[in-house]
Amino acid sequence: MSDSTATANGTLAEAHHEHPPYQRHHFETVSQQFDATNFAMWLFLLTEVMFFGGLFTAYLIMRNWYYPAFVEGSHQLSIFWGTANTTVLILSSFTMAMGVWSAQMKRKGMLLFFLGLTFVLGLVFLGIKSIEWHEKWEKSHVPGLRYSGQSFLNPASDPEVYAEYHDKPLAPDMASKTEQYFFLYFAMTGMHALHMVIGIGILGFMIIRAKAGAYTSGHYTFVENFGLYWHFVDIIWIFLFPLLYLISRY
Amino acid sequence: MNEHHGQNDQEHHIVSPFIYLAILLCLLAATGLTVWASYIDLGEWHIARGVTLFWNPVVALAIACTKMILVVLFFMHVKYSPKLTKLTVISGVFIFLGLISMTLADYMSRAWGRW
Repeated sequence: MSDSTATANGTLAEAHHEHPPYQRHHFETVSQQFDATNFAMWLFLLTEVMFFGGLFTAYLIMRNWYYPAFVEGSHQLSIFWGTANTTVLILSSFTMAMGVWSAQMKRKGMLLFFLGLTFVLGLVFLGIKSIEWHEKWEKSHVPGLRYSGQSFLNPASDPEVYAEYHDKPLAPDMASKTEQYFFLYFAMTGMHALHMVIGIGILGFMIIRAKAGAYTSGHYTFVENFGLYWHFVDIIWIFLFPLLYLISRY
Repeated sequence: MNEHHGQNDQEHHIVSPFIYLAILLCLLAATGLTVWASYIDLGEWHIARGVTLFWNPVVALAIACTKMILVVLFFMHVKYSPKLTKLTVISGVFIFLGLISMTLADYMSRAWGRW
């Protein structure tokens, strides 16, 4: 029994070509393994495109139907926080790209620095997002939970926004459609924020692994593919920002 | 940048940090541009009776698409990726646009309220 096992192992060992420990046996080369994993990540991102695509399509149709409600709903969002958050997210995409570069160059200290910076910028983004959401709660603009059309039936009752845009009162049926706008606002920014939370979690895991020396010994596939995910989430925000914040601001 | 790699190292193009920095600056500039443009009334184009194109959302989406292309090509390394990756990305965009335009064509061409 033990003899036959030994023989079998011996044959295996002979057929076994030299390769680094991280190369799976069913791949010819590390490069092939990288390409296959990278391709799989892109396929996953395509499913994400379809997922967010449904939300964007709903947004387009609703916006065409209830344009005046979307305009006045959009005026409730803060350009300042929106622009700040866009900047934070773009910076985090840059630090992530630099993280991938550090892993490629096998610089552990720099990799930790850039992953840490991406982690912090991700948290800053969520912090700003929660300031904005909190304001919606205070102004009763959370559909289903706490909603009032007062700001749209009587815009002058909302002096801050009124001073800037002088919105006209909406008819009651159109004013009620602002709830559709805020529903899409919360659904889209909420789904985006969920992706950020997941991303920040994985970043934390990567930082712990990177401290132990992972990714900087020539095998950086995980960092590269996580980078794709992070940049994808950035792209979603690049579209959410003009679509939700910048409707008819003049 | 692309010095010697060990035989078992991943042999992939390494994008220079200067390119990343340049893309970052472009993205930040485009963000400023899109906010600035949103405060200006860019007018509209009456293509036909009942069909009007508003320039503001068109410009906003054009800037967003430019930013997306920069992120995809450089941050996501598609410019330096195998043809399979490029084809995957393009087909994703194509199917997304196809689905959106078919859905919108349906919504816009229905005789709403007339049945």
